[in-house]
Amino acid sequence: MSSKADWPLWEVFVRAKRGVSHVHAGTVHAPDAELALQNARDLFTRRSEGISLWVVKSNDITASDPDDRDALFDPADDKTFRHPTDFELPDEVANM
Amino acid sequence: MPPLLTYTLRQGDRALVLAQRLLETITHAPEIEEDMALSNLALDLIGQARALYTYAGEIDEPFEGPDGTTNHDEDHYAYWREQHEFCNPLLVEQPGEGFAQVIARQFLHDAYALPYWQAMTSSTDTTLAALAAKSVKETAYHLRHGRSWVVRLGDGTSESHDRMQSAVDHLWRFTGELFEHDEVEDQLIVVGIAADPTEIQATWLATVTDTLHEATLALPDDGVMQTGGRSGRHTESFSRLIGELQVLARAHPGASW
Amino acid sequence: MAADSDALQARFDRLIDADERIEPRDWMPDEYRKTLVRQIAQHAHSEIIGMQPEGNWLTRAPSLRRKAILTAKVQDEAGHGLYLYGAAETLGTPREELLDRLHTGRQKYSSIFNYPTLTWADVGAIGWLVDGAAIMNQVPLCRCSFGPYARAMIRICKEESFHQRQGFQIMLTLAKGTPEQKTLAQDALDRWWWPSIMMFGPPDAESVHGDQNMRWGIKRFGNDELRQKFIDATVPQADLLGLVIPDPDMYLDEESGHYVHGTIDWDHFWDVVKGDGPCNRERLATRVGAHDDGTWVREAATAYADKQAQRAAEAAA
Ligand SMILES: [Fe+2]
Ligand SMILES: [Fe+2]
Repeated sequence: MSSKADWPLWEVFVRAKRGVSHVHAGTVHAPDAELALQNARDLFTRRSEGISLWVVKSNDITASDPDDRDALFDPADDKTFRHPTDFELPDEVANM
Repeated sequence: MPPLLTYTLRQGDRALVLAQRLLETITHAPEIEEDMALSNLALDLIGQARALYTYAGEIDEPFEGPDGTTNHDEDHYAYWREQHEFCNPLLVEQPGEGFAQVIARQFLHDAYALPYWQAMTSSTDTTLAALAAKSVKETAYHLRHGRSWVVRLGDGTSESHDRMQSAVDHLWRFTGELFEHDEVEDQLIVVGIAADPTEIQATWLATVTDTLHEATLALPDDGVMQTGGRSGRHTESFSRLIGELQVLARAHPGASW
Repeated sequence: MAADSDALQARFDRLIDADERIEPRDWMPDEYRKTLVRQIAQHAHSEIIGMQPEGNWLTRAPSLRRKAILTAKVQDEAGHGLYLYGAAETLGTPREELLDRLHTGRQKYSSIFNYPTLTWADVGAIGWLVDGAAIMNQVPLCRCSFGPYARAMIRICKEESFHQRQGFQIMLTLAKGTPEQKTLAQDALDRWWWPSIMMFGPPDAESVHGDQNMRWGIKRFGNDELRQKFIDATVPQADLLGLVIPDPDMYLDEESGHYVHGTIDWDHFWDVVKGDGPCNRERLATRVGAHDDGTWVREAATAYADKQAQRAAEAAA
């Protein structure tokens, strides 16, 4: 089904403003990186939603397998001490 | 008509007529992403036309309206002038038959419009200078879009190469007019209001030469250039373009929308 | 293997029951995937085809302000189509395949776009009624169980309220304008009212996939319920405009507080769905024409990208 007339898929990441990370926004089709950027700009920043864009070919993304989820992410679940809420402090300590 | 009014209308007409041509292609683009891109160009150009026409209204004679003396608004210039009163360059009114022509028309125009607006940022007319500052950003993006397509199509397949070459060849005879200047313009150039087109021409030619080269396309020979837009002598399809633009507004004189 | 797939099914069911989102790489039942691909694709097709009736007035908009607004709106609809094709593609069906299904008539789009825009007032009526009905349908989809669809819908719904407002404002301006303008407004309402309330689909009693989709969190409300909500919201707006809803049998049921509508011509609805609406052929022909005319462009862009990659590889070697 795929032919020369079908453009590859790109993942688009948008930085909404200074100080925040690029966040995945969606995808565009484009033959090359330049047009992927232009298409991403027209699709995802029509209402000033961003100040910076990344595009990356979808095929170049390596994703973790959802079936590996337990092995990859469960071990973090019992390390609650990594979260500040795990530490109760006396009320007199106002901000920490 | 004061030279500044004529001059402002020329720029407004250039933007509006090109936008109108772009709007004809929406829903017919080769890819949905490109429908969005062309809509964006049209939106920017409509915005430029509105600002220029609004400014024209401030320069123009006020008229006696139902609420007393008022300036003409932007729609007056778009909808209530006759076709010979429009003074856009012929290039922007050429119908875009196929995507190659749409791109060629846009690119040849934007390669002119960018240095034009850049020069206008230092106009002694503060309104035009402010408008230029905004238009520079928009036009830089337009040129980037058009230029990248000229290269892609020129250096794509042999079919696209031929189509792109013939589109450039076809429109070439309308490019000379972009750099003409008459007494109206000369008066404004002297006082630093208008940009000098002869200076823009060199930048335009450099951009076009460089782009066509990268696109493996040939720079057409200059030959005979067509002219007449700025004095209201247009090409054949223009009457239809204006007719379509104005048909609804003129069917309801005095109505608001 | 059977035990395996039972466990997967159980996990899927647990996620659905907990109102959690299903993400593209999760296991999901084939039917769920198929249903979503079909629904999201048809939704995407509707956005793309939906550009045409309004696009018809871009060159004739009666003021520059209206021209700019309409251009932005039609452009938004293209964007909605792209968000949705993107969501459908996460399920493993490429956009070109989905477009092919549209172009060959194997997948439908909303029948509402098979009606013509005869006057400028139709642009107002579409924004007010068609975008209005679409919002009713779409807001619940922001909580759809499939993550990418839900996220696309959140983005879309944010943009839709501008669409409905600009449409209502056009109607308001016409209704308060010259007698000719008011006539245009009423005529548009007369033609768009019934097709708009048909947008919610056939009565739930006749609807085929309703229950399963509710169970899967793809559908949250019944067709009749949404239709009623739309009518109850819209009738007072028509009053405000001083326009008459073209349903002589409609009345306000004091007890329930709902407007009860007259008989909907479902035979007509099915005619349009099956291809015999006023503009089915034209809409599809325009779309297929754009796609076919664009083939050489898309091919050229691919060829150029290949050449560039080749050149980069040679330069690196
Ligand atoms: Fe939409
Ligand atoms: Fe919409």
